[in-house]
Amino acid sequence: MTKIKNLADLRELKDKLQSKTKLRDKSESPDQLVQIKVAMATCCIASGSRETMNYIVDELDKRNIDAVVTQTGCMGYCYAEPTVEVIVPGKEPIVFGYVDAKRADEIIEKYIKGGMLVEGIIPVNYKKIDQ
Amino acid sequence: MKDISYHILDIARNSLNAGANLIEISITEHNDTGELILQIRDNGYGMTEDMLKRITDPFFTTSSTKKVGLGLPLLKQNAELTGGCLRIESERNRGTLVTALFHQFHIDMIPEGDLAMTFRSLISSNPESDFLYRHRADEGEFILDTAEIRRELEGISLNAREVLDYITDYIRENLKALKIKEM
Repeated sequence: MTKIKNLADLRELKDKLQSKTKLRDKSESPDQLVQIKVAMATCCIASGSRETMNYIVDELDKRNIDAVVTQTGCMGYCYAEPTVEVIVPGKEPIVFGYVDAKRADEIIEKYIKGGMLVEGIIPVNYKKIDQ
Repeated sequence: MKDISYHILDIARNSLNAGANLIEISITEHNDTGELILQIRDNGYGMTEDMLKRITDPFFTTSSTKKVGLGLPLLKQNAELTGGCLRIESERNRGTLVTALFHQFHIDMIPEGDLAMTFRSLISSNPESDFLYRHRADEGEFILDTAEIRRELEGISLNAREVLDYITDYIRENLKALKIKEM
């Protein structure tokens, strides 16, 4: 029988993490970072937003992109779940719909890294000409 | 909702939206009777008596972006399909306790799902909140207490990937030790 594990080896993890320089407090300057908000309400969860979010968190880390990933409530686009709002510093927020792992990969590679727009944008952040 | 892990994520999100910073989640399984009790307790704003009465009505919501609120009604449905039930207790400014009883031997029982992934996503986007997860079965029990991990790590954020990996492994291995099938 496998033994129930306790938190004993946490200290080891702490020492390992403290020696890494890349760890810094992201909350200090969130305006300078890419912000990603993954909608995580009932509709979103049922459509796979948990998987989308975990994928995004892991991939950003693997690709060395500094970003803050948070969960948000239902944005009202339940037909297009999972939805993800991406705010690149200096740019208008963009909401993407139908974000599975494949589309999340496109958003990271093309939009966040390359500045190119990809399919699936939900046009919500437009402004009128006279504004 | 396909499984219990998604329900936990969904209900815990309600708690976080209600301003909770401590969410206690417990799963207790009895092998002999097949009963599974899921409890989610928070220290959020709680609900008024009037809200509490309407909370399992799918057309009741406090959201302004949609006209339905399906989280608790779906949990109630899934519990009742197995012959179980849902109970919600709440006190204004004290918190809310959601208890769902499932009968695991029933043909309509949903799987427990990927519990580690649910906690991973909750902790990674709410590193300042505390989660206390306790899983009990006949084989034993284990506890994941983020407050304890936070104390040990002294200032390292809980959403560092190495910490999330550690927590994920911790849950996975312990579920295996308790002989709990996740999928």
